[in-house]
Amino acid sequence: MVISTLSRLRRLCLIAMAILTLAGAGAIGQARAQDVQDTLKLFSGSYDDIQKGIEALAVSGQPTAIEILQALTDNRLLAGADGSLVYKDAAGALHDAATGTVVAAEPAGAKPVRANNRIRRAVEAALGQLTLVSPDPAKRLEAALSVFKSKDQTALPLIETALARETDAKVKTALERAKAALVLYGPGEEPAKLAAVEVIAAQGDQDALAMLAATPSPSPALAAAIKDASDAIEGRLALWSGVQSFYYGISLGSVLLLAAIGLAITFGVMGVINMAHGEMVMIGAYTTFVVQDIIRNSAPWLFDYSLAIALPLAFLVSGAVGILIERVIIRFLYGRPLETLLATFGLSLVLQQAVRSLFGPTNREVGNPAWMSGAFDLGGLTLTYNRMWIIVFSIVVLFVLMVVLRRTAFGLQMRAVTQNRRMAGSMGIRTNWVDMLTFGLGSGIAGIAGVALSQIDNVSPNLGQGYIIDSFMVVVFGGVGNLWGTLVGAMTLGITNKLLEPVAGAVLGKIFVLVALVLFIQRKPRGLFPQKGRAVER
Amino acid sequence: MQIGDTSAPKPILYVDGVTVTFDGFRALNDLSLVIAPGEMRAIIGPNGAGKTTMMDVITGKTRPDVGTVAFNGDVDLTKLDEAAIAQLGIGRKFQKPTVFESHTVRDNLQLALAGLRKPFTVLFAKETAKERQRIDELLELTKLTESHGRLAGDLSHGQKQWLEIGMLLAQEPALLLVDEPVAGMTDAETAETAELLVEINKTRSVVVVEHDMTFVKALGVKVTVLHEGSVLAEGPLDQVQANERVIEVYLGR
Amino acid sequence: MIMKRLFGSDAMALWFLACLLVVTVLVGVLNLATPADSALHVPTYLVALLGKYLCYAILALSIDLVWGYVGILSLGHGAFFALGGYAMGMYLMRQIGPRGVYGDPVLPDFMVFLNWKELPWYWLGFDNFLFAMVMVALVPGILAFVFGYLAFRSRVTGVYLSIITQAMTYALLLAFFRNDMGFGGNNGLTDFKDLLGFNLQTDGMRVALFAASALALALCYLLCLWITRSRFGKVLIAVRDAESRTRFMGYRVEGYKLAAFTLSAVMAGVAGALYVPQVGIINPGEFAPQNSIEAVVWVAVGGRGTLVGAAVGAIVVNFGKTVFTGVLPELWLFALGGLFVFVTLLMPKGIVGTVPQLLDMMRSRKAQNAGETAKPEAPRPAAE
Repeated sequence: MVISTLSRLRRLCLIAMAILTLAGAGAIGQARAQDVQDTLKLFSGSYDDIQKGIEALAVSGQPTAIEILQALTDNRLLAGADGSLVYKDAAGALHDAATGTVVAAEPAGAKPVRANNRIRRAVEAALGQLTLVSPDPAKRLEAALSVFKSKDQTALPLIETALARETDAKVKTALERAKAALVLYGPGEEPAKLAAVEVIAAQGDQDALAMLAATPSPSPALAAAIKDASDAIEGRLALWSGVQSFYYGISLGSVLLLAAIGLAITFGVMGVINMAHGEMVMIGAYTTFVVQDIIRNSAPWLFDYSLAIALPLAFLVSGAVGILIERVIIRFLYGRPLETLLATFGLSLVLQQAVRSLFGPTNREVGNPAWMSGAFDLGGLTLTYNRMWIIVFSIVVLFVLMVVLRRTAFGLQMRAVTQNRRMAGSMGIRTNWVDMLTFGLGSGIAGIAGVALSQIDNVSPNLGQGYIIDSFMVVVFGGVGNLWGTLVGAMTLGITNKLLEPVAGAVLGKIFVLVALVLFIQRKPRGLFPQKGRAVER
Repeated sequence: MQIGDTSAPKPILYVDGVTVTFDGFRALNDLSLVIAPGEMRAIIGPNGAGKTTMMDVITGKTRPDVGTVAFNGDVDLTKLDEAAIAQLGIGRKFQKPTVFESHTVRDNLQLALAGLRKPFTVLFAKETAKERQRIDELLELTKLTESHGRLAGDLSHGQKQWLEIGMLLAQEPALLLVDEPVAGMTDAETAETAELLVEINKTRSVVVVEHDMTFVKALGVKVTVLHEGSVLAEGPLDQVQANERVIEVYLGR
Repeated sequence: MIMKRLFGSDAMALWFLACLLVVTVLVGVLNLATPADSALHVPTYLVALLGKYLCYAILALSIDLVWGYVGILSLGHGAFFALGGYAMGMYLMRQIGPRGVYGDPVLPDFMVFLNWKELPWYWLGFDNFLFAMVMVALVPGILAFVFGYLAFRSRVTGVYLSIITQAMTYALLLAFFRNDMGFGGNNGLTDFKDLLGFNLQTDGMRVALFAASALALALCYLLCLWITRSRFGKVLIAVRDAESRTRFMGYRVEGYKLAAFTLSAVMAGVAGALYVPQVGIINPGEFAPQNSIEAVVWVAVGGRGTLVGAAVGAIVVNFGKTVFTGVLPELWLFALGGLFVFVTLLMPKGIVGTVPQLLDMMRSRKAQNAGETAKPEAPRPAAE
């Protein structure tokens, strides 16, 4: 109660202030008392009349103008048979349109004032003018933009008034642009219009481009200026869209990197073709789903930490499944890569079906925690937080893995076993265990990738399938047994794909990349960063 | 070297200034080697001296970064692939016996016989009486007549080594490269293999890479010592064995 | 005489061909000559189903030729099958003529729907049956030749080759999904009416297509048998067992691989062409990588490197699929996946390689006589 009264009071103050400033500027001094009734009468007439009424209201300084206009768009404005006008407020109470005082009953024969799209546009423009002087900078900005769009010439004096007293830099720029738009589209002189072109060109976006292109009957000099400005804007936009594509490419590359990095271990280091690798990713994503499901039901305050909880769990679950696969199937097939390929493909079918039976065939809902959702602007770019965190995450995973391989005892044993199994065995390394743990590590990393992918992709039983071919391509392209190669491979594929997309379309772009890759592998069968020497020549 | 001497016979194999690097590692470093027609040469050297890489270069598997490899004086081997070099008459025996395990001994030899190599002619090929006779001879020579119908995969290790040598002979090469032919053989088999190679050398040039010094001694031929990708010493075995550098890097310890 | 040389001592080939002949005649006669309510009647849907199996058997045979005998594991043979199918589908589309929904005398319905004004150049000539049949062989053949030439020349082998063949079929899958490719996009080609003027829906035509598939299977089988028994085939096996040995012997391995791969692709194309009129549709789904891998498993189940095994495997697995998907659809993927694992782990020789062994073991146990097994074994696939 208290709050609503207060806000009502504040609103009244705002309107009063608006009237005072407008009156002080002398823009609407004469449109007063007796005209108000005439203006309001217009709302009982045709659409044309209503539009005239709206335009008159916008410059009338009528204290209830905003209420009336808003009521009109929401169908809360009622016109009586005698031409009297009342509006309902949000709480349902009736007010007299002229005075704003509460009235008891609707006038006889009251009907809602109709609004079509034209009326709505007119209301929007009028509201834009009325809020130009709102004390809330966000409102003023919105109003300035609205004028910029509507190019309503009657708003020019208002804009100038508002501009004179504007203090907020952002709003000021917007007002200047709105003014430039009005000048450009108005009856003014050429020098003023040329200056206006410059102001609009500085804005440099699609709106500015459209505005310049639609300039009514430009003189030759003006047309030339417009062309120059448009070219400049287009160049700038092309640059930004190139940068944006590049960023999307890095984003796709990081996703590919995540999916392929576990494969770089199982395929690149061990030489095992695990066609069920995609399903390890899927299991990681479903682990995230289960974790979030439990949190939602029993501890909702933990939701923002759900990914942090899911990460180690996904690593363990996928890693455990990987170890199981290695013990039960793959270890019997070492040295027979083609058979391994077939057996693990069969396994991928079984895992998909198992997940489908457990969780159903449809997509499961995995939510973004607050810090993963939303976006921010950087220059002409829009960056979403989830994509950005995934880029960071993939790089972190890569470097942690490098440290594990190069600096730990396990990494040393792993490299020893893959380089010379017999020698490693005779030096006391339990090669069996190393195989098992290495495969577990690769699978566990796939699980981690699943946690990340659950944030940007549909969590369904087919999740893994979408990545398996691409992941193999990344590893093969980058060169086997080289994590740097995997990074370069993933980024190259991702960026090429996204740069081609605006030119060739998504599908054709992807086809080009695949064909280029097939040709590339034929030129350099061992990838970008091959291991050389005798060891691989067998 | 002797290449400028017009009175000397054209060398069957002429290797000069060959260098091969793998990721900065010099597997062969300015290697030079000349084999005369009809000569048998033993090549020894510690692990990593470049023996296998040398074989790879001669048979076209690896391309040298720089250097000349010529066959019969004027055929440039660095431009040819393995199949072309084999067809010229250079046979190679691998360190690990490599035979076609799911073919019979006889089929192994038949496939090796010099002559048909083009897919289409091979598709319509029938075994001629001459071929049959040559196969029988080779079975005799390699003591495999009894086993001619067995699958090569079922042979003993020594038998596989011999079958592979038989297959090489079937190719009728002018030059035979043999990589560690007696590795894993019994003493008796080793002696027999030495005899076989001496017998083969009567009609062809042979280059043998071997670690086994008794075997090299039994061959009784000129020895080349490789070290770090180039020739360290060359000469009769006893002379090489007396060489101080050789003792230092290889023989002595 | 010729027959005797062809088969040598191998009774399996004769058995296979005899069974094929008997089944074909029996199915044909029982479908056409018995009344529909007779207990012996073979319903027409079954004829079409069996015809489909036979087409799969040809596909499996073509995979066995390259995988079983040359060691090339192609995960993209489904692409050749689908291309052959599309070539046939294009002929069948042109045969529809003005009977389509939109009644355009030349343009297939989907082109009218896309507002196309004239036939794209690559559709020209497909109204001619002979031209279409040449394309059935030529298109997959040329693709395999170019692809194989590049791959084998640069010595892409083993798993790498498998992965890029998979990428090839994946790229084609994406391409054929596009409407502007001019092959009907997502929906593919369907609503066929007749072939060579005969209505596709009649029992007689169904039986004729079934018989044609059986004949094609027999001919492909004989061709493969002849090739693998020739010295050329021995070189193929040599390449599989020891590629570099073959090379150092003076054989240009690329040429042999390329010849086998191209021929195999043509066979797959023929299989696809026979498949399409019997199932009545061809769509981009046929390019899906999973189809190609499944076909490889048929070969593994039947027995790699035995030819007969490939055909047997294709028929057995697909029969299983029909039964399973009818009765317990949700279990089919478990069964198929389990089969992959089971066969590779426990039955590497497949049905054809394992069953005779078991029989021999039982026989010798029964006779209490551990005599040597007289029968020569089929060539064993070597460990990679």
